[in-house]
Amino acid sequence: MTEKLVQIAPEIALFAATCVVMIVGLWPNVRVRTLVTPISALALIIAGGLAINAQPNPEALFPELSRYAKTMIAGVGLLLLFLLPGVVDRDLEARAAIDERAFEPIRSTRAEFFAFFLFSLTGLMLCASADSLIWLFLALELTSLPTYIMVTISTRGTRSQEAGVKYFFLGAMGAAVFLYGFALIYGDTGATHLTDVAASFAERGIGPIGMAGLLMAMVGVSFKIAAVPMHFYTPDVYQGAHSSVSAMLAFVPKTAGFIALMLLAGLAGWGFGEHGGQLPDAVHITLWIVAAVTMTVGNVLATVQDSVKRMLAYSSVAHSGYMLVGLLAGPGDSFATSGIAAVLFYLLCYGVMNTGVFGVLASLEHEKGARDADSIDDIRGLCKTRPVLGWTLVVCTLSLLGFPPLLGFVGKIGLFTSGISNGQLGLVIVLGINSAIAAFYYLRIVCAAYLDPRDGETAEPDQAPFASRWVAATIAAVGVVVLLGLASPLMQASFEASQPASISATAASDAQPAAISRAD
Amino acid sequence: MTLWIVAMIAVPVVAGLMIALGREEQARGTALLASFVSAIPVLGGLLRFDYADAARFQGRGSLEWLSELGIRLSVGIDGVSLLLIALTALLGPICVGASWTAIKERKRSYYAWLLALQGAMIGVFAARDLMLFYVCFEFTLLPMFVLIRQYGSDPEMRIRAATKFFLYTFTGSLLTLAGLVYVAWVGAQQNSGVWSLDMGYLTGVAQGMPGTQQAWVLAALLAGFAVKVPLFPVHTWLPLAHTEAPTAGSVILAGVLLKLGTYGFFRFAMMMTPSAFAEHAPTLAVLAIVGIIYAGLICWVQTDVKKLVAYSSVSHLGFCVLGLLAANRTGVSGSVLYMLSHGLSTGALFLMIGFMYERYHTRDMRTVGGLASKMPVWATFMVFFTMASVGLPGLNGFPSELLCLIGTFQSDAEWVQAGEPGAEGGLLGPWYAAVAGIGMVVAAIYLLYMVGKICFGELREPKHHADHDHELPDDLTAREITVLVPLAIGCLFFGLYPKSLTDPIADSVDVAVRTVLTGESPERVAPPPAAEDHAEDSHDGEGGP
Repeated sequence: MTEKLVQIAPEIALFAATCVVMIVGLWPNVRVRTLVTPISALALIIAGGLAINAQPNPEALFPELSRYAKTMIAGVGLLLLFLLPGVVDRDLEARAAIDERAFEPIRSTRAEFFAFFLFSLTGLMLCASADSLIWLFLALELTSLPTYIMVTISTRGTRSQEAGVKYFFLGAMGAAVFLYGFALIYGDTGATHLTDVAASFAERGIGPIGMAGLLMAMVGVSFKIAAVPMHFYTPDVYQGAHSSVSAMLAFVPKTAGFIALMLLAGLAGWGFGEHGGQLPDAVHITLWIVAAVTMTVGNVLATVQDSVKRMLAYSSVAHSGYMLVGLLAGPGDSFATSGIAAVLFYLLCYGVMNTGVFGVLASLEHEKGARDADSIDDIRGLCKTRPVLGWTLVVCTLSLLGFPPLLGFVGKIGLFTSGISNGQLGLVIVLGINSAIAAFYYLRIVCAAYLDPRDGETAEPDQAPFASRWVAATIAAVGVVVLLGLASPLMQASFEASQPASISATAASDAQPAAISRAD
Repeated sequence: MTLWIVAMIAVPVVAGLMIALGREEQARGTALLASFVSAIPVLGGLLRFDYADAARFQGRGSLEWLSELGIRLSVGIDGVSLLLIALTALLGPICVGASWTAIKERKRSYYAWLLALQGAMIGVFAARDLMLFYVCFEFTLLPMFVLIRQYGSDPEMRIRAATKFFLYTFTGSLLTLAGLVYVAWVGAQQNSGVWSLDMGYLTGVAQGMPGTQQAWVLAALLAGFAVKVPLFPVHTWLPLAHTEAPTAGSVILAGVLLKLGTYGFFRFAMMMTPSAFAEHAPTLAVLAIVGIIYAGLICWVQTDVKKLVAYSSVSHLGFCVLGLLAANRTGVSGSVLYMLSHGLSTGALFLMIGFMYERYHTRDMRTVGGLASKMPVWATFMVFFTMASVGLPGLNGFPSELLCLIGTFQSDAEWVQAGEPGAEGGLLGPWYAAVAGIGMVVAAIYLLYMVGKICFGELREPKHHADHDHELPDDLTAREITVLVPLAIGCLFFGLYPKSLTDPIADSVDVAVRTVLTGESPERVAPPPAAEDHAEDSHDGEGGP
């Protein structure tokens, strides 16, 4: 029991902060009220500090995973947090600034908004430490449920409400599908503990019910990563939500989904499967098709968008497709050959560069926040009018494109090497062609921001009066360049995190018997 | 030597950054100064280079970057790289000089990208690590894209031209990346799982692959390099890009960027996949010849001078590729010579057209012509460089084109098998040369037709020309002449004494030819040691005596 609590110490820290934020956010005094952001930041820093020093969990499918994943989540979460101030309660605070008694706690949503953000990150961290199917399900839902509400309350327009409802219903459907899958897996193996399930699959093979369960679970989870055929909500939700929340949607559920997919695929093989470390054919073929279709659909549909947020939504779909290539490649004996490591590294890259792009959009607004900066006209000439924001957008977009030598390129190299090392040459070529298609729409963003002058007809967006947003975006842009120098240790860390239990068990000493052998 | 090479790449890039952060009025002057300063390390390299051992990659040095993927920042140059770098550095100040009055707004970004482009191009020629090569190769796209899209002539067309240029080359090179990573993976397997992207090592690895595998690697390489050259039928981006690009952009595009493609053929397609290269050389030669004649015929019907010269680039580079495909000493050295001389003469032609365009704002031969009476100095240079491009004996076009054709003529595969004494060996044969030779005749026709129309005959000027306010005098200014003279001297010198260029490249060419004809490099590079061991040699400086 105590060991488990130690394992989830970062989550506990975040949860404690959530409770504090809930209370502090409703404080009558505005000074105290605005403390929610620093408190949340502090909680994330503490959680990150706890995570980076965490011990590997020998009972998990990926013993080192939680340390890397939670540290990454805390880091990117901190960036995302800086985008949130001022998203909700703006009018209310403006009135309260004039007359302090005008503050009505019943109308305020600040406390919930920040608390839900921390809740979602707590859920995401719990995904990384999940060791049973039930835990995994609860963690996935804890990640997603707060985001439905955050989408809905993020702006005052009806679009957010529509987006929230759409997101909620489709999310509930996805959850139902993967929960049913989990139930079928339990039905086949009689176990919920991940290592027990894996051991059962390894010993008796995967029966038809178990296989159906795995496939349903994977398809259901692909809602979280916005992969085809569960991607339909993406453009509407990203566009309907405030840009700050869209930034979060592109990272948090996606990371949860990929961790869940890693665990599910880990159940089916890799190191102890019947195919000698290969995924079963049905899973393999399904994921192959999903990966190829996801990147193609995402990129092709992104080219025809005029709204930057919809473009980025489809690009988020496409990036999930890229990362699925790494997932298919599976683990390996070095970073270069391990697709899981490539996925984990790419998630970090994607989190940083995507936060940069959305951060720029969040820093711009029309009519005092009544309308988001969204169309491509809004960012036209940005490098001239607001150089810092403009260049942040250009650098992060080029990184999303995978333009060398930026961070996105280095991440993509990992996907290339691992894919080729594990016999996914065909998929890697699809990935290459897709990156070229992606150039078309990313270049539109770059050209609009950097090269095109403002046409003077459309209203120029104002800079949102919340400095932390553009600071976060700028940090992300700097990170896209600076992390190049730190890429080597990060790759090493992501490789360690990607080692499945049975492989690391052979390397580890006898003092820590591997979970699988114990189950035998 | 290593430091010289690093400086060759770093100085223009840093200068570009300084210009981008500096003041608008100072951009032009800083850029000129920077382009001269960037030439200093190149001069240093030219002086320090050991010409007796020109096939060896000198000044090897590397820095650990991503050891997980075996990626190091590693440089080193042989004779071919050295000369191409020298060409790049020579064109640097010339491009700045040519843009002096033509670029009137957003000067900072223009000159910054120009210098960044120069650094990236030198990086391509100096890289000894596949990923460094690839990063530089790809990075050249961005500056060129901006130069075309932002400073091109027609506000509508330049956007199309830039996008087409970017998408064509980006798609091709991503496939090349997949091929290169595949080779790296095979190399890692042979080296007990230790990844290395050292070009020397991976060259040996790729040579050891069986036939079909090599053919696929060759196909991946060609996807990137054939687009860059450009080879028929993937040449369609080039005329558009050239027509829209600003003068300096065209000069760099024709002068150096296209050579990245032929350099890729020389360094990768020939060295890495020699057997597949030998097997498919006839097919590729047919494409090259179709390009030579087809593009030549298109030139004939052009009315836009710049488009004419752009298509002539396609045609001329067909010869260049043909020489490489011949795979004998004559052909390959002719081809490398062509890379250099085409950079001089076609670059100069684009300058001439740019100077004319600055005065008349049109490039249409139907509205402008007979300029010899009004601009005698301009016309003299124009005729001179056209002659260089046609291949007049005594000018630089002649020896390179001739060597390419002679090499092709002499390279009959059957002669090699028969092992007749005196036969050069190679992959093509007289028929290829005979058909390609028609291209020379066509080139003479369209180039002489062009120079005849635009320089001689009755003076034709656009109707409203006299109404415009002119900053520039009728004929060339001292600045413009200064820009042209080094190129003219180069054309004349290398036309009369081509040995000065063929000597430094002879050894490298020899290695390439022997590689293609025997299927493997004369020397194999040992696999790099495992990650723990090579910590101390991270800056190995000048290797070997």
